[in-house]
Amino acid sequence: MRRPKRPLFLARAPYRRRRLRDAARLLPVLGAFLLLLPLLWAPESRMSLSSGDVIYFFSVWLLLIGLAAVFASGLRSGDGTDEEED
Amino acid sequence: MPFNLLVLACFLYVAFLFTVAFVVEGRAAKGRLGWLRSPLVYTLSLSIYCTAWTFYGAVGYAARSGLEFLTIYFGPTLVFVGWWWLLRKLVRIGRQHRVTSIADLISSRYGKSNTLGVIVTLIAVVAATPYIALQLQSVVLSFGVFASAAPDGSRPLDPGQIAVWVAAGLAFFTILFGTRNLDAREQHHGIVTAIAVEAVVKLVALLAVGSFVVWGIAGGVAEVIARIDAADLAAWQVAPGRWTGITVLSAAAVICLPRMFQVMVVENEDEGHLARASWAFPLYLMAMSLFIVPIAVVGLERMPAGANPDMFVLTLPLAEGRGGLAMLAFLGGFSSATSMVIVESIALATMISNHVMIPLWLRLRAGAAEDDLRQVVLMARRLAIAAVLALGYGYYHVSGGSAALASIGLVAFLGVAQVLPALLGGIFWRGATRTGAILGLVTGLVVWAYTSFLPSFGPGAVLPEAVFAEGLLGFGWLRPLSLFGTEAMDPIIHALFWSMALNVLAFCAGSLLTFPGPVERLQGAAFVNVFEGAVGPQRWARGRAEPEALLGMAQRILGEELALPLFQSEARAQGKEGFLPDPTPGFLDALEARLSGSVGAATAHAMIGQLVGRATVTVEDLMAVASESAQILEYSARLEARETELTRTAGALREANEKLMQISLQKDAFLSQISHELRTPMTSIRAFSEILTEGDLPPDLVMRYGRIIHDEAKRLTRLLDDLLDLSVLENGAVQLTVGLASLQGMIDTALTAARATRPEREFQVIRDLPSETIYLKTDADRLTQVFINLISNARKYCDAARPELRIAVRHKGGRVTVDFVDNGKGIAKDSQALIFEKFSRLTDANRAGGAGLGLAICREIMQNLGGSVAYVPGQGGAAFRVTVPLRLETLAA
Repeated sequence: MRRPKRPLFLARAPYRRRRLRDAARLLPVLGAFLLLLPLLWAPESRMSLSSGDVIYFFSVWLLLIGLAAVFASGLRSGDGTDEEED
Repeated sequence: MPFNLLVLACFLYVAFLFTVAFVVEGRAAKGRLGWLRSPLVYTLSLSIYCTAWTFYGAVGYAARSGLEFLTIYFGPTLVFVGWWWLLRKLVRIGRQHRVTSIADLISSRYGKSNTLGVIVTLIAVVAATPYIALQLQSVVLSFGVFASAAPDGSRPLDPGQIAVWVAAGLAFFTILFGTRNLDAREQHHGIVTAIAVEAVVKLVALLAVGSFVVWGIAGGVAEVIARIDAADLAAWQVAPGRWTGITVLSAAAVICLPRMFQVMVVENEDEGHLARASWAFPLYLMAMSLFIVPIAVVGLERMPAGANPDMFVLTLPLAEGRGGLAMLAFLGGFSSATSMVIVESIALATMISNHVMIPLWLRLRAGAAEDDLRQVVLMARRLAIAAVLALGYGYYHVSGGSAALASIGLVAFLGVAQVLPALLGGIFWRGATRTGAILGLVTGLVVWAYTSFLPSFGPGAVLPEAVFAEGLLGFGWLRPLSLFGTEAMDPIIHALFWSMALNVLAFCAGSLLTFPGPVERLQGAAFVNVFEGAVGPQRWARGRAEPEALLGMAQRILGEELALPLFQSEARAQGKEGFLPDPTPGFLDALEARLSGSVGAATAHAMIGQLVGRATVTVEDLMAVASESAQILEYSARLEARETELTRTAGALREANEKLMQISLQKDAFLSQISHELRTPMTSIRAFSEILTEGDLPPDLVMRYGRIIHDEAKRLTRLLDDLLDLSVLENGAVQLTVGLASLQGMIDTALTAARATRPEREFQVIRDLPSETIYLKTDADRLTQVFINLISNARKYCDAARPELRIAVRHKGGRVTVDFVDNGKGIAKDSQALIFEKFSRLTDANRAGGAGLGLAICREIMQNLGGSVAYVPGQGGAAFRVTVPLRLETLAA
């Protein structure tokens, strides 16, 4: 099916909405990076448990949840105005 | 804690769940769900991801492998915060196509193939059975903890008996609320709400135990941190491969687990709920794992060596004498196990009944069109639920609650993850085909069974020990735990790597090499482009289906109370009375969608196909749509071109009309003028001739008057000559005397002749004589006439103080141009279009006797000579360009 022609440039509000979607798509990538990062800290490719690690993981977790919450409200309110898929 | 009290609490809790489900079902029947359809309930229902394995097992996992247990939650967290990628599309597809299970989704995507439905069902059942057994085992174990903790130890507890009772109770609950009715969409409000309640119970229980451990036993957060650092770390080591692999595995599982798919996609009420769950569900997971590490550390420290760390959640409070807290923890674990089993068995029962039992039934009883299929489907569901639970129990019984069960969680995850390539390929890649999906799924299933599922029973149990040591049939590279010689890998990572790699390979190769059928391509486009609205042609051409037969079939599946209104509204929409609409393609599509919500896409498709009696859409239909849309595009392009052409023509017409109006005005003006022109000489001729007839006039006066009369008569003649000349030229009846003549000579003659016009003005003429030495083959007299006219006009109208006339001759490509440019102020732009019209004269200020015919005559002459005369703007004055051919080709006639 041929796609309908879409405008090349957008006004401010739709532009922001689209970037928000980009951010929502990038979030799991950021999450995967942060959650795999500690593997590089471990000596001899092995990792042992310390309280610092526990705190690190839970902080990253909270960060991801917070960002997802911020994005979700924006994505939901922007939904339906223009049903695009890219 | 008295054991009876525990059983009583259990019964009370279950009764409470029954009440919740019952009340909610009642409200749903009345359509008053209200807040029960909120994102909160949706998010909480997703918590069936956390089974008893995570409730009890996470602590044990942490005690054995340190932080690795977190990866089980990280995968789902990443999938949910990345909901915009995948889950959003999955939910949209599920809603749009009334998907009833993950097997239905796969089958529907790949051309409503029931074969695929059966394969996915098989994978799901095989993977889920040990998992259900694990839940039963956890309940039995937790009962056992209390039994052994009882002071008198009087009650000898048979674990098998408990397992039977639990399985039977769960089956009863699930059948009661899971198969109450055959919904248009497979939704179960009562069960979902009960699951949400259980989610709260298990969270509260775990948080309560955790808080007790941190603040009650350890003495605060700082203490706990100190203990974590002080704990023996030797065993707590994680290999990066496992860390990454299990994260990926749990991410795949959260998408593909039948129970997750059931609550996430099938039971979804509103896509907006998913946005909320995208952060709320990870938050729930985080809360669930917040106290795991403290419980594990404190448990290891406090409990006697050899205590089962899987039961720390229960044994720690019991050891500290907190019976109430232990009871709460027990209920939490019980909730985790029951909610998982309930939803899993509903999801599996839907798959089994829609993809295995109903197709079989329809095939076996092809003639029996009159039975109420609803009852059959419901009965099939009930049997399937009972069968699933019986399988789980059987597995538990056979495995004897061995320690092998503990590791079955990841094995089951890996089993359902085999669906992932077909699922992702199906919704993101239009090129994925049915054959590819079948190949991928079967390959994945076989490799998974060989490298992970069967070895999980232990060497010698299913696979002989010789196979482990020497490989299948003695092929060393076929050893189940080191396929192709990969010896260094962790078993689960080894199985993950090989099963997924070979699965994806088979899937892609199969898809690339095969050609999909028309329904498959249609479904592929509809799934991949789900956000772009309706795609493709309707699935049914207008067939031979009898409306009555269709109604009969719909009634069998939907029931009379739903089917009749559906048909009636369609009939009304078609402008017909009664209940029997025409079987239009659109109606057949809508009916199929409605039926597939109850019995799955493949069965609904097959049933309608039976009545319609022909293959549905064909490749030709698809191509027709493609060429149709191409035609529409071309047609609209043509329309557009046509429209611009019309606009242009309309503009030209408007211009022409304006010109005509002006000319008509000019003509009127000229008529009045010519009468004036004719009248002025006539008046003076009459007056002077009257004076002459009176006689007695001095001879010199007679002579003067005579000359005046003569002049006026000449003027009249000239005017009439011009008019005649013009009419002759216009009619093309002019006689040309064509001969060779020098251009220079003609210009000389013209300059001399034109000197008669306003002889008092001194005119400077600028010429370039060498360029004028051209001999033309033309009518020299006529051309000279044009030159005279142009030069005279310049003499007449040039208003410069020191008038100049520049004559420039150019010769190019068989044509000669002669420019006459003066240094006056030229001709106004809006008049330029009119000066060559007849009777036009720009200003009356300089009218020197002409009648406004000069330039019109020039134009006609030039046309007759095969050339043209035009006004050239922007030359610093009035500029006329005469173009003549070097050689005038006289017509043969």
